[in-house]
Amino acid sequence: MPIEVEIVSPEKVLFSRAVDMAVMPGLEGDIAAMPDHAPMMLLLRGGVVELYQDGAVTDRFFVAGGFADLTATRCTILADQATVLSDLSVDAAQARLAALEASYEAADKMNVPALDLLMEKMQSARAEIEAAGGPAA
Amino acid sequence: MASLKELRARIGSVKSTKKITSAMKMVAAAKLRRAQTRAEAARPYATAMRRMLSELGRSAKGQSGLPALLAGTGNDKVHLLVPMTSDRGLAGAFNANINRVTRNLVRRLQAEGKTVRLLPVGRKGHDYLTREFADLIVDHVHGSGGKEIPFSAAAELGEAITSRLGKGEFDVCTVIYNRFNNVMSQTPTELQLIPLAMPENDDAAVPDAPVYEFEPGEEDLLSRLLPRNLQVQLYATMLESAAGEQGARMTAMDSATRNAGKAIDRLTLTYNRTRQTNITNELIEIISGAQAV
Repeated sequence: MPIEVEIVSPEKVLFSRAVDMAVMPGLEGDIAAMPDHAPMMLLLRGGVVELYQDGAVTDRFFVAGGFADLTATRCTILADQATVLSDLSVDAAQARLAALEASYEAADKMNVPALDLLMEKMQSARAEIEAAGGPAA
Repeated sequence: MASLKELRARIGSVKSTKKITSAMKMVAAAKLRRAQTRAEAARPYATAMRRMLSELGRSAKGQSGLPALLAGTGNDKVHLLVPMTSDRGLAGAFNANINRVTRNLVRRLQAEGKTVRLLPVGRKGHDYLTREFADLIVDHVHGSGGKEIPFSAAAELGEAITSRLGKGEFDVCTVIYNRFNNVMSQTPTELQLIPLAMPENDDAAVPDAPVYEFEPGEEDLLSRLLPRNLQVQLYATMLESAAGEQGARMTAMDSATRNAGKAIDRLTLTYNRTRQTNITNELIEIISGAQAV
């Protein structure tokens, strides 16, 4: 029995199909969506969503954080930004990471929520570099 | 009575105006189609977000210490209004409607003794409100200038609003935008974003709806989901406003083209009558001259 997976960015639906399993990067560890999973909502970190069909990966998407809504029959991934893995660019991600690191250095060290947010964006940028095939940070 | 030369010039100028308005109509029609497609493409995300929010809201209901984005600041003193207009005119009453609604709302809130602040989006609204309420404007954001709106524009605006809320600069935030009914009609609409009216749960009727697990906790999720929801709502209003702008411009240019056609017909009639009169006059002169000989 397959599960309906939808990957949605604020601008459009990127992927909508029934697959056997979807593995997504949860904030507290990777989670696989399979049929009859207990309903849950989770936060996503930056990472790769892998879609499995007949035991093999058919599609990979990079998501830069977001939310996921899992039910027994459906899995909706609300990505802040989603890209097909082959469209990623190491250079662009590295440039972004450098900019983030600079703003982290410049940021007010007492403003913890803002620092956390920057940290998370940096983590997402590192994951993007890795996913695009660049050197792991 | 205008001379023949003057009439010819008038006809020529109205004709070129007609060409311009009809070209603008075509452009607006093409842009409208694209804007509508984009608005539709953005809908699934908003729908899914609503579903998650209503689920979260149900389980967080009655808790104290909810984020200000959801529960408000507990006050109702300072209102932040965000009127959305276009950057360009020639779109009929599109911008005038928003400006009128904003002006009336500002006056009403002020009469109730509230403080009003304005954050206009789009040049037309900013221009008008600067003349009318210059001291109330806290900031302004440029529209897209008729180009496609990236989500990042809405994200920036959302972040700006959230950080103002964090600094306690306002209690209630309302967006005023043109809701897109159809190509012919757009309704100026006030939409309160903060505090958020929790969407009603669509499947509340199902008695044994499964209980969700949340990872991390509900509060963490809620504190992430709410700012994102604000951005998505802003994005949706921006897209609707953009589609409405093109619709309004198309309608306005269509009637302008028709009016120009009518004006040309009228001028041509006058031109031909005048020409006929001149010929008749000349004939009379020639004939009476010949009779006198």
